[in-house]
Amino acid sequence: MREIHINEIINSLEKLFIDANINLSQSVLECFERSIEKEESPAGKEVFRELIKNATIAKEEKIPICQDTGLAVTFIEIGQDVHITGGNFIDSINEGVRRAYKKGYLRKSCCDPFSRKNTGDNTPAIIHTKVVPGDHIKITVMPKGGGSENYGEVRMLVPSQGWEGVKSFVLEMVNRGGPNPCPPIIVGVGIGGNFETSALLSKEALMEPLGKRNDDAAIGALETELLEAINRTGIGPQGYGGTVTALDVHIKMMPCHIASLPVAVNIQCHAHRIKEAIL
Amino acid sequence: MEELKHINTPVDEKTIKELKAGEKVFLSGYIFTARDAAHKRFIDTLNEGKELPIDIRNQVIYYCGPSPAPPGKPIGSCGPTTSSRMDTYAPKLLSLGLKGMIGKGKRSQAVKDAIKQYRAVYFGATGGAGALLSKSVISSTIIAYEELGPEAVVRLEVRNMPLFVINDIYGNDLYEMGILKYRR
Repeated sequence: MREIHINEIINSLEKLFIDANINLSQSVLECFERSIEKEESPAGKEVFRELIKNATIAKEEKIPICQDTGLAVTFIEIGQDVHITGGNFIDSINEGVRRAYKKGYLRKSCCDPFSRKNTGDNTPAIIHTKVVPGDHIKITVMPKGGGSENYGEVRMLVPSQGWEGVKSFVLEMVNRGGPNPCPPIIVGVGIGGNFETSALLSKEALMEPLGKRNDDAAIGALETELLEAINRTGIGPQGYGGTVTALDVHIKMMPCHIASLPVAVNIQCHAHRIKEAIL
Repeated sequence: MEELKHINTPVDEKTIKELKAGEKVFLSGYIFTARDAAHKRFIDTLNEGKELPIDIRNQVIYYCGPSPAPPGKPIGSCGPTTSSRMDTYAPKLLSLGLKGMIGKGKRSQAVKDAIKQYRAVYFGATGGAGALLSKSVISSTIIAYEELGPEAVVRLEVRNMPLFVINDIYGNDLYEMGILKYRR
């Protein structure tokens, strides 16, 4: 049994959320660079140039890439041989978020659903936990903006709709969003499980590295098929028209009920902010 | 890109006539931020027969809720938010002389019609490029609704703010033009 004090969790979350919001990952930047070449529209190319400049300025000036610093989404894997000491685990996550959003001058975007009153410190965080073998804690943070999140959906398809049904649902979501979710987008597709796990799978799909195809080659081929179809919509960077509407598409799949075909689409904007740490 | 086009606020009729969907422009002068909550208050104020806290004639509203300004900077990251949430409020403001709106994403037919009728323009700022856009801001002053935090109405002095014309007075829409051109 390994002991991990909550202070380590708090400090890690504080650092990760500030880092994620200010420093765009190299992999996303490289994807922008490649996309300038791929993009056919002059306005689309100009958008990519602006995004690269934006990432550079954010890093130099230590200000967020995007003013929508998101809801604080966290995925935490807890080794089963870890004993968390010093206080309440959930409270420690929220404390880390609270400190990050204050110290990092990040926007607090969390409010009451009806009164719209801001909670003031960007808590509560969205917390997903998983117990895994080992004696470490792995923390992944993904501040997620509202603009892109608004264009996702869970739909219970009829099994006979199959892959064609899934594909047309994803394209419907992409076309419905058009310029609004800040393309170039990344599309996470969760297939199977039940109502809520399909949604979670679609979010987890967004955490896959850009350019990586699914380990299952058949699913990988479907990802490629979807990516190509999305890039034929013509929406383009910022919706100004173009050939790079999505940077990537990831599918996560698991078995489902014999009566169901749950599918979730979660859309991510180009401000693809993910950072992780292992304690 | 073609030759750089510079425009200023307050926006005059000559400028409005020259703006065409699809072109990139650089905006300088004073603009006002307002998003969901501020728009709701604007319309409530007008419905009560009272005056708006700002004179919007020939002005430009930026749909933006910036991140907090770090010490020594006029503003934090300040990209646009999705404009469609302001669609129900925009035609009324355009009828009162508002000349420009800056945001991201599609507008309703009612807004596009009002842009033509009242001779105004809708600009797109690059969503998610909040750090880049912050470099265009020289100063910021809270004008109204300070209690709304990131949703307060703030007057921004901007220099060479990079924008694309999305909807012009001729009924053109860059989003529609772009898709038609590049759809395969």
